[in-house]
Amino acid sequence: MVAFTWSELFQQIVSGLSTGGIYASLALAIVIIYRSTRVINFAQGEMATFSTYIAFWLIHDHGWPYWGAFFATLAMSFVGGVLLERTVLRPVEGAPVLTIAIVTLGLLVALNGLTRWLFGGETQVFPSAFSTRAIHVGGVSFSLQDAGFIGLAIVAVALLWVFFQFTKVGLAMRGTAINRDAARLLGVPVGRMLALGWGLAAALGALSGMLTAGSVATFDPNLMLGVLLYALAAAVLGGLESPIGAVVGGLLLGVVLNLLGTYTSFFSGDMRLVGGLAIILVVLLVRPAGIFGRVTARKV
Amino acid sequence: MRHPLLALQDVEARYGQVLALHGISLEVAEGTIVALLGANGAGKTTTLRAISNTVRSTGEVLFEGKRIGRRSPEAIAALGVAHVPEGRGIFPDLTVRENLRLGAYTRRDRRVKEDLERVFGYFPRLREREAQAAGTLSGGEQQMLALGRALMARPRLLMLDEPSLGLAPLVVREIFEIIGRLNSEEGLTVLVVEQNAKLALAACNQALVLEVGRIVLRGDGTELQANESVRKSYLGY
Repeated sequence: MVAFTWSELFQQIVSGLSTGGIYASLALAIVIIYRSTRVINFAQGEMATFSTYIAFWLIHDHGWPYWGAFFATLAMSFVGGVLLERTVLRPVEGAPVLTIAIVTLGLLVALNGLTRWLFGGETQVFPSAFSTRAIHVGGVSFSLQDAGFIGLAIVAVALLWVFFQFTKVGLAMRGTAINRDAARLLGVPVGRMLALGWGLAAALGALSGMLTAGSVATFDPNLMLGVLLYALAAAVLGGLESPIGAVVGGLLLGVVLNLLGTYTSFFSGDMRLVGGLAIILVVLLVRPAGIFGRVTARKV
Repeated sequence: MRHPLLALQDVEARYGQVLALHGISLEVAEGTIVALLGANGAGKTTTLRAISNTVRSTGEVLFEGKRIGRRSPEAIAALGVAHVPEGRGIFPDLTVRENLRLGAYTRRDRRVKEDLERVFGYFPRLREREAQAAGTLSGGEQQMLALGRALMARPRLLMLDEPSLGLAPLVVREIFEIIGRLNSEEGLTVLVVEQNAKLALAACNQALVLEVGRIVLRGDGTELQANESVRKSYLGY
């Protein structure tokens, strides 16, 4: 427990936003896929871990500069996501939700195994693009890394928003997510839109993976296991159908958990996850559709 | 010989084991309005779905003389077949303008803006509601949006599935009036499925009556209006 001061509070909020940005990007990835398929992609975390290993491999084994590896990994993850949809998910398109969910669970196990087989299971050290040097702004001090993470998350979310809001393909993807059959009748190649969604989700996941590895400095094939749970919590918190909800949910979760960890002795360390789940439980009891979700009746 | 814009030859379609179309043949000439009439379950909707290939079918579907039965629904839409489905298929979470923009998805030219104006010309109420979520529109406005969205594709053939469903008589008349104008002013070819036989017969050049998956009657609108059995079964006098 820490004695309360305002500057300490702001510091903890900034640091919470930084982890929240990581949750938000993975939560957004989950929401993008959920909106178009009604399925939670349980493999999202393992996909992110795999991407992180690719970045590590480029930097460590091939001596790439951090940012070169960063953007190359985003691009490769995008392509990988598209290919996964085309090969693994396409055959079960239109199958019951449970079937698809099981396929993504299988993908989780398979990717985890593949990561271990290709890269080994031992703990590695991941470089961060930002130094952890503290900077001081008006009495509040936080690390350059926190500021960088928040900045990257903001840029990623803003780019996606512009894409969905102002481009023809983004609009077609939104239409496909709402009503696949109607979109098809307008000439929208629905299959391609779904694959594109997986590509974007994989790239977002890669971002969250690289940031997570950078923030904890060391990582192993289970890197994203905990983060996936927080991201799921964030997505549920915001409302699984709402991209804005995912971002707000992620940031909120990051901040609240950080504050709980700082100001209570109970919710620090191992009980942190429990704190997160408790928040979800309360939200679901009060607002079952999440903060930004709308209650909709669906024909079954 | 000039091909009719659309021709169906002996088209059969089934849902699981149930045969919904027992070999339908019909032609839609360019620039005409053709009405498909019949009771619930007669196969009207299935006929439209066989054309847009959203139901599995056998037989031939020819568009401008080309076989399109094997093409994907999106490819058929790109050829210029606009299918406004049962229930309209609007995107409730998107704004009216976004719905219309999405209607122009297959367009590669840069004149989409002009067409937006054209659609707003036909449906001034859509302009007033431009920035509103489509789900907040009234039923009639949603039908106008579905129609306007189909027009954004500059289709060669417009297929409408029960445009009058659930709408007030006044709104229905307005919609049919616009369909008539699109046909006479722009030469748009229309294939319309309708329960409201009176309105449909008055608006169309040719009408077909379906019964349990077969075409049992065909003729021009006035002919069928005078037909005894049509009057008894569908016009109610």
